[in-house]
Amino acid sequence: MSPRYQNRIELLQGTLDLLILQTLRWGPQHGYGINQAIRTNSGDILQVDTGSLYPALHRLERQKWITADWKVSENKQRVRVYRLTAKGKKQLETERSRWAQVSDGIAGVLNPAKRGSEA
Amino acid sequence: MTFSFWHRQKRESELEEELQSHLQMAAQDRTDRGATPEQARGAARRELGNVGLIKEVTREMWGWASFERLMQDVRYGLRMLAKSPGFTAIAILTLALGIGANTALFSVVNGVLLNPLPYANPDQLVWLAESKPNFATGSISFPNFRDWQKNNRTFSAMGAYRPFSYNLSGLGEAEQLRARLITSNFFAVLGVNPAIGRSFAPGEDEIGAAPIAMISGGLWERKFGSSPEALGKSLTLDGKDYTIVGVVPSSFDLALSGFRNTDLYVPLGQWNNPLLLKRGAGLGIHGIGRLKPGVTIEQARADMQGVTQSLAADFPDADKGIGAAVIPLKQAIVGDLRVLLLVLLAAVGFVLLIACVNVANLTVARSSARMREFAIRAALGASQGRLLRQLLTESILLSLTGGALGLLLAGWGTKIALQQLPVSIPRASEIALDSRVLIFTLIISLASGIFFGLAPALKSARPNLHDTLKEGGRGASGSRHRAQGVFVVVEMAMALVLLIAAGLMIRSLGALWKVNPGFDSHNVLTFGVALPPSMRSTSRAGIRAALRRLNDELAAVHGVTASSLSWGAVPMDSDDEDLFWIEGQPKPTNENDMNWSLSYVVQETYLQVMRIPLERGRFFTAQDNESSPHVVVVDDVFARQYFPGQDVVGKHVFLQNKGGRAEIIGVLGHVKQWGLDTDDKESLRAQLYFPYMQLPDEAMDPSSWSGTGAMVRFDPKTPDIADALREAVKRLSSEHVMYGAQTLDEIISSSLATRQASMILLGVFAVLALGLASIGIYGVISYLVGQRTQEIGIRLALGAKRADVLRLVLGEGMKMAALGLIIGLAAAFGLTRLMASLLFGVSATDPLTFTVVAILLMGVALAACYIPARRAMRVDPIVALRYE
Repeated sequence: MSPRYQNRIELLQGTLDLLILQTLRWGPQHGYGINQAIRTNSGDILQVDTGSLYPALHRLERQKWITADWKVSENKQRVRVYRLTAKGKKQLETERSRWAQVSDGIAGVLNPAKRGSEA
Repeated sequence: MTFSFWHRQKRESELEEELQSHLQMAAQDRTDRGATPEQARGAARRELGNVGLIKEVTREMWGWASFERLMQDVRYGLRMLAKSPGFTAIAILTLALGIGANTALFSVVNGVLLNPLPYANPDQLVWLAESKPNFATGSISFPNFRDWQKNNRTFSAMGAYRPFSYNLSGLGEAEQLRARLITSNFFAVLGVNPAIGRSFAPGEDEIGAAPIAMISGGLWERKFGSSPEALGKSLTLDGKDYTIVGVVPSSFDLALSGFRNTDLYVPLGQWNNPLLLKRGAGLGIHGIGRLKPGVTIEQARADMQGVTQSLAADFPDADKGIGAAVIPLKQAIVGDLRVLLLVLLAAVGFVLLIACVNVANLTVARSSARMREFAIRAALGASQGRLLRQLLTESILLSLTGGALGLLLAGWGTKIALQQLPVSIPRASEIALDSRVLIFTLIISLASGIFFGLAPALKSARPNLHDTLKEGGRGASGSRHRAQGVFVVVEMAMALVLLIAAGLMIRSLGALWKVNPGFDSHNVLTFGVALPPSMRSTSRAGIRAALRRLNDELAAVHGVTASSLSWGAVPMDSDDEDLFWIEGQPKPTNENDMNWSLSYVVQETYLQVMRIPLERGRFFTAQDNESSPHVVVVDDVFARQYFPGQDVVGKHVFLQNKGGRAEIIGVLGHVKQWGLDTDDKESLRAQLYFPYMQLPDEAMDPSSWSGTGAMVRFDPKTPDIADALREAVKRLSSEHVMYGAQTLDEIISSSLATRQASMILLGVFAVLALGLASIGIYGVISYLVGQRTQEIGIRLALGAKRADVLRLVLGEGMKMAALGLIIGLAAAFGLTRLMASLLFGVSATDPLTFTVVAILLMGVALAACYIPARRAMRVDPIVALRYE
């Protein structure tokens, strides 16, 4: 039950894009690899539904933030590998700063007293 | 399109492979962690979820979704259209007619008005003429032309031309050739290069240069089989040998009036006419010019004004009051066809609108039957936009198919119309379905589809789910009837406008045919006779004798009742002028201050040929010849203009170019020289008749003599009078050639040809519009009767009389027709003014035409309503009520 519930988090607009772009920051990766990386790096909290992952990858590709090539993996399998483009890197910066704003905002809402004293 | 299908398939299989590799990697991970292969695969598959759905959602990201949806709409639309073949066929045919008529007319407008002339830098080309007191575009005297050429600063070149005809002998049977005398640079001005050989070189157009000629592609083929051997050969023209130096391309078709069918081009200097060097002589010479790059027509006009003013100062005798008319060549070619074409284009536009309204009507009627389909789709979640798009896709499918069919109709119809209509359109050879016409057709097809599809679609796409589904599919609503009512009103109004336009043209032509031309045009033939070149060596008396013998020969032909040689003007065909002053008034110091009259040089038999009424005095007799005192006859316009309130018979005038003093011996009725319609508006209308045999000796000089005109009245029962006359002329010698025969009735018809053609076309369009509009009103009334069968049944069951039902239904139709009539009358009142220049003898708001057309339209509407009304009347109450 828990992974399904947590999946709801990714429905927050733009979050999945941010996660994918951030994951590709470390190097080219195929869809399954991205999925695993997000899961591992979030300590198994976030699990991306494949039904969301692939549409998102294809959308980002169309927006030219990432590009895809066919490569052959270590176990001789043809895989589609995604790579961050220069445009994608810029987009990642934007998404990150927006995410920072959002999380600041949410933190402010959750701790109104603290925010009020700062003001 | 095929590319994206192929591309799409590739991506499809790649997506499949990508997802498969994901599955395998997931399964691999699980087996690595110790699961059995089956377990691993199962778990991986579960984790992946619905592969079909993933693919579906991913595909959406490719951006082909809209195309995909479009194809779906198209497929669905095709299915729906195929389901009702009757509706589809009628709609497509209606649209094909409307779009076809528009495409056909636009192809003419495009070829004639829009396309540039087929010469290099056509915008630089102008047509040149002298503007004189009596002629806005009169001919240019040759010395003036030479000075224009020399003195202007805005033209890169100027050429001149003049019509001429030559008797060609020694190459098959002797024949008369249509020729142009041109300056050397004529073809260079236009930028036309000879097909083979060369054009004339500078200086070859001077008087006294060696005789050379260029021939047309047509003559080249006819006489030389298009062989290059023709170059250097000589043609015997009027007894003199001309060397062929070049062949004009057969595509050359300068559509200036009279330029058609020219066989031969000869340098202007070959014209053996002493008047060529006279500055005051108007000899039918006109010019073409090419402006220097960047020079506007206004600059050229200002420049030429300066040039002509300084000529007027230098040569007041000849050039006082003479200016230069500089007219863009295209405008000179297209002339008054412009208004006509635009009126016709507006008319076919109306036809297309009516066709669209008709199809919209059909669509509305059909969409009520599809109400449930839409309601169900909407209930299942189809958005309004989606339904709208679906309906528009269907109407655009219809209109594009109609457009394609219309294109075929247009291609075929234009060809037929150009052949059949009694008018020769300039640049007709340039009319074609080119890319601009195709784009036009595509655009009007799409626009029609949207236009007739949108209103019904907007209605249907907003279905009232509750009512429609509850009503159990009957789906009738008041607002739909209103929409159809509006359609019928609009159709009626537009059909009325077209009918009135056609009616006004019919009335104009009727009025024109009733105009008395001043002579009896029936059964009169006019033609030219070229005299043998050998006659040049004879004396003046010899010429006179030959002319007398010729007329005797013509008069003796079986079936000829009267015959007269003629020179100068032929009513509505060609004109010639005389300069004179009245005895008792001082002789004007220069020709421009003299009086002008139209000049008819005829024999004593002319009155029997033309049957012009003699109003006073007497006409010529055979005794008015070279040895008797000079006499002239004038028309009543001449008499009133120059001798107001006096008896003109017995007065004397001095003729500048015809032997001086002459006595006026009679007055004839006025002849409409300038055509049935425009004669009254011309400034030069006075007419003067001169006896042929009293022509002064210099006019009878054999060296400049090449032929004469002739007119004969014939018995209409004689078959082939022209052939009999040709035989008679041939009997005189094999070198006598009769040419250019036409009856005066033909001349009058061709002067009305433009109007006649526009009447025919407007009539066709109006009838088309009327037909479409009556189909429209018939369809709507039928539909309403169908919808109200139950109501009618109840009325009948409750005791209504059948006549009441008939009246009810007819009343419904007549209400719409009457409203359309009122709107149409108001619209016609405003719009027909635009065609005022095409009308004659009838005002643009002629009450009779308006009334008759209104009655006609109401009659047709009544008939269209009567058929469904009778059906309503015969409704069986039992059957009607059982539907419930």
